[in-house]
Amino acid sequence: MDDRPGQLPFMTDQSLPVVLPPAIADWYAARGWKPHAHQLAVVQQAQLGRSVLLIAPTGGGKTLAGFLPALAELAHRPPSKRRVAKLHTLYISPLKALAADIARNLETPVAEMGLQVRIETRTGDTSQARRGRQRTNPPDLLLTTPEQLALMLSYRDAHRIFGDLQYVVLDELHAMTNSKRGDLLSLGLARLHRLAPAARFIGLSATVADPGRLRRYLGEGDQVATVMGRAGAAPVLDILASAVRIPWAGHSARHALPDVYDAIRRNKTVLVFVNTRSQAEVVFQELWKLNDDNLPIALHHGSLDLRQRRKVEAAMVAGTLRAIVCTSTLDLGIDWGGVDLVVQIGAPKGIARTVQRIGRANHRIDEQSRALLVPANRFEVLECHAAIGAIAEGHMDAEEPRPGELDVLAQHVLGVACAAPFRADDLYAEVRFAAPYADLTRADFDQVLDFVGTGGYSLRQYERYRKLRQGSDGRWDVAHPGVSRQYRLNVGTIVESPMLRVKLRRGRNLGEVEEWFIEQLVPGDTFAFAGEVLRFEGIRDMVAEVSRSRDPEPKVPSYQGGKFPLSTFLASRVRKLLADPAAWSTLPAQLGDWLRIQQRKSTLPKVDQLLVETFPRGQRHFMVAYPFEGRLAHQTLGMLLTRRMHRAGLRPLGFLASEYAVAVWSLKPATEFDDLFSEDMLGDDLDAWMAESNLVKRSFRNVAIIAGLIDRRHPGQEKNRRQVTFSSDIIYEVLRKFEPDHILLKATWADAARGLLDVQRLADTLARVRGHIVHRDLQQVSPLAVPVLLDIGREAAPGRDIDEFLGSAAELIEDAMQEPEQD
Amino acid sequence: MQVNGATLAPDSSGGLWWAAERTLVFSDLHLEKASSLARRGYGLLPPYDTRATLAAIAAAISRYAPARVICLGDNFHDEGGSARLHPADREALVAMVAARDWIWLAGNHDPGLDGNLGGQIVEELHLGPLVFRHEPLPGIQPGEIAGHLHPKASVTVTGAQFTRRCFASDGHRVVMPAFGAFTGGLDLSHKAFRGLFRAGLHAWILGDRTVHRFPVRHGGFR
Repeated sequence: MDDRPGQLPFMTDQSLPVVLPPAIADWYAARGWKPHAHQLAVVQQAQLGRSVLLIAPTGGGKTLAGFLPALAELAHRPPSKRRVAKLHTLYISPLKALAADIARNLETPVAEMGLQVRIETRTGDTSQARRGRQRTNPPDLLLTTPEQLALMLSYRDAHRIFGDLQYVVLDELHAMTNSKRGDLLSLGLARLHRLAPAARFIGLSATVADPGRLRRYLGEGDQVATVMGRAGAAPVLDILASAVRIPWAGHSARHALPDVYDAIRRNKTVLVFVNTRSQAEVVFQELWKLNDDNLPIALHHGSLDLRQRRKVEAAMVAGTLRAIVCTSTLDLGIDWGGVDLVVQIGAPKGIARTVQRIGRANHRIDEQSRALLVPANRFEVLECHAAIGAIAEGHMDAEEPRPGELDVLAQHVLGVACAAPFRADDLYAEVRFAAPYADLTRADFDQVLDFVGTGGYSLRQYERYRKLRQGSDGRWDVAHPGVSRQYRLNVGTIVESPMLRVKLRRGRNLGEVEEWFIEQLVPGDTFAFAGEVLRFEGIRDMVAEVSRSRDPEPKVPSYQGGKFPLSTFLASRVRKLLADPAAWSTLPAQLGDWLRIQQRKSTLPKVDQLLVETFPRGQRHFMVAYPFEGRLAHQTLGMLLTRRMHRAGLRPLGFLASEYAVAVWSLKPATEFDDLFSEDMLGDDLDAWMAESNLVKRSFRNVAIIAGLIDRRHPGQEKNRRQVTFSSDIIYEVLRKFEPDHILLKATWADAARGLLDVQRLADTLARVRGHIVHRDLQQVSPLAVPVLLDIGREAAPGRDIDEFLGSAAELIEDAMQEPEQD
Repeated sequence: MQVNGATLAPDSSGGLWWAAERTLVFSDLHLEKASSLARRGYGLLPPYDTRATLAAIAAAISRYAPARVICLGDNFHDEGGSARLHPADREALVAMVAARDWIWLAGNHDPGLDGNLGGQIVEELHLGPLVFRHEPLPGIQPGEIAGHLHPKASVTVTGAQFTRRCFASDGHRVVMPAFGAFTGGLDLSHKAFRGLFRAGLHAWILGDRTVHRFPVRHGGFR
């Protein structure tokens, strides 16, 4: 460590020297270190009574900075044998593994400083007995997760547990906001502000585009200071220059894997990030086919059995692995010093995630991180170039702040009632202190309160079963203790889609897979999972039984894992790159040719334009639009365009959305593009479609579980499943028919519009391109259209002969790239 | 659908029409299930399940104009169910029952039934080649029309999977789907169905407007 000054918007005030207690100052001195400027700044701001947002790259002593004010205070505490144990500092992390890791890493310096500080963790894995002890005899420092905070806040003695709290440290704050989880955390923090008036909030974050948004989570106005840590060494980023032809479509990056294997061979330890679980399985298998040297290469993703994952992590800590193929499960978390290269396979999708992933290499601030980006297809090459440009210029994608969701609020309101009776006016004021709920209307709040109390139906059938009762003093309280028990079983915002355990016949557990994936298999089908090709044998007692298969290739291609949408910011960088031929010189020659032929045969859109191409192919009329706004927004656009074309009698037959483009094919050609793409499609058409959409039904299930309408689990559920469980779709239909203005339907639509349909982004896009639509009426498919047309072939329903109207991939490419005779 | 010599027509609503006897059969209405769950602290589901179920019965009745209606039991979700009926729902139900021959199958499964709703309450009913009872008896039971098990099945159509309620029959007996708005289902592959059917088992899966017949192989149905 060194003592170069960081950039400090709130400079440490020189007239107020920061005095660290001797125990801590000596600890630094004994190691020949000096505290970082940002560490001192955090201590100073906290001692002035302010909350602090510390923005710093990983590896700069950020976590220690978060704990330093608390340790300084605890060091000043007079030693006493008969002290009443009180919770002094609460640390909240997005991952329970991180909480455990930090606890271990903190024990050492605390012991070396000679401080009498008790540190404990509390996660979903902590035993009931230990949790009980933590309530009666709390540690000084408690390390936990947002869900556990919500749970603790619902205890009847929450005011006593948290009353003397001095610090709340929020690690990786950027990863805990702008989601339902962030909503719940923000409401918990608002509660802590009320219960612990002395507490200061210290948020630790990676670099973000909009620090103000994060600061608001910690408090209002000038209660919160921002401290910037010193920027780390700039990373060294390369795009894999593969000698092979760059694929037109697809996501497996198979063509580049020999080069990736080579990179693994030439480095000590490599993290190979991919974007989906199915990609992880494919890449892992392919690498092992190439693995002539038998290098220890492991696999890590969220569906694998927990013990398997822990084993891989332990091997990594022990330094016995050369590479891990992994998904976002390793974006955050445990610090592995040994990683010397990060490989990102597939498009980066966003700058923030990419920077986070790159930071996993050389987790020390003064050493450069090295990363290799491996695009899987042509558009991804553009995306990688755009990302590298943005990172070099220090730009970040900003997250659109979103209002807090009402289902989460409903959960919180019930939790508050479980802890103590409350007045509606007080809680409304408190809730608006939470950043995402600052603009919550009283009407929405009252409707949520009514929902929590009685279900919120106009048919007042449930008065006598109500969950909340209003006392004669006007305060709301839970109607009976069963309500609190039920609440505690259901706390949290992470709703898993129904999963089935995957188990080897007469063997061990391999992990979990989405139920819908297993349901489409027939016994004998093979699929890739847990790094093996497995044969599906059948479902027994809610477990998918499998055996090992000798097939080299799985018969059922893959199952989707999570998919990240292309960030708005990165999308705009890609459009900029396309519009600027001078910048193409940095691209591989194949890409340059592709774009130049596109420009001659059709055109490339300027930054503010939307290119729409039409051309006939195989008795169909194709329309391809290139908004570059991500698959979700394109899917919604495609669906709305199809509806509209259907009404206009153009007889649309189908559509396909990719990250970059949307293609619609019809029996009659589309015309009048300004009208076709006008923003009024987001009115009645959208409403009518959403009402019937399966996506919306899926949203309803999540909303109903989070809001507490449906329990995650019932006591005794397994015994009598048929009696108690039934599809949430039915509830949705009944609610829509009899109570169309119900608050949960409102929450469901907001949830679907944001999470699944990206309606806001589509709205922004349509507004952006109004009056800037460039239409090209072509005789032939264009080079730019080839990738999305190839995707059509790839995703077509089995049994339908798509070749009949598309032609083979080779023909398609040849037609597209054929140079015109004359211009 | 031929069952023990009788010609029956499964309806997409979940009702079963026996034209020769002008008889319409429903099974497992589970009226007042939402209020039953609310009462036991399982959440406050929309209190409209009875209303939705009665509306579906009324719609089926207006399509077939039956002289006789048979409800196969589990008519109410629990004891006290009929006492919890909303006055408007009770009125609608009583009027429907009074307008035709109405038979409630009860046996020991319907403590919730009360005599004030009208209709006859019987444990089991023999009509021509058919016998109506709530819970299917084990072994070979020619002509048995029963409910209780809430059968459902899944089919894959052009890559997409649908799971719906269904009738299950091998031509000798029928297990009817649950009719109630908030009733769940049990997959035909579940062990509860084992031993009930001979070869030739088919599922009549409830579509939006019509029912779809599919063969079922060895209980495994995919």
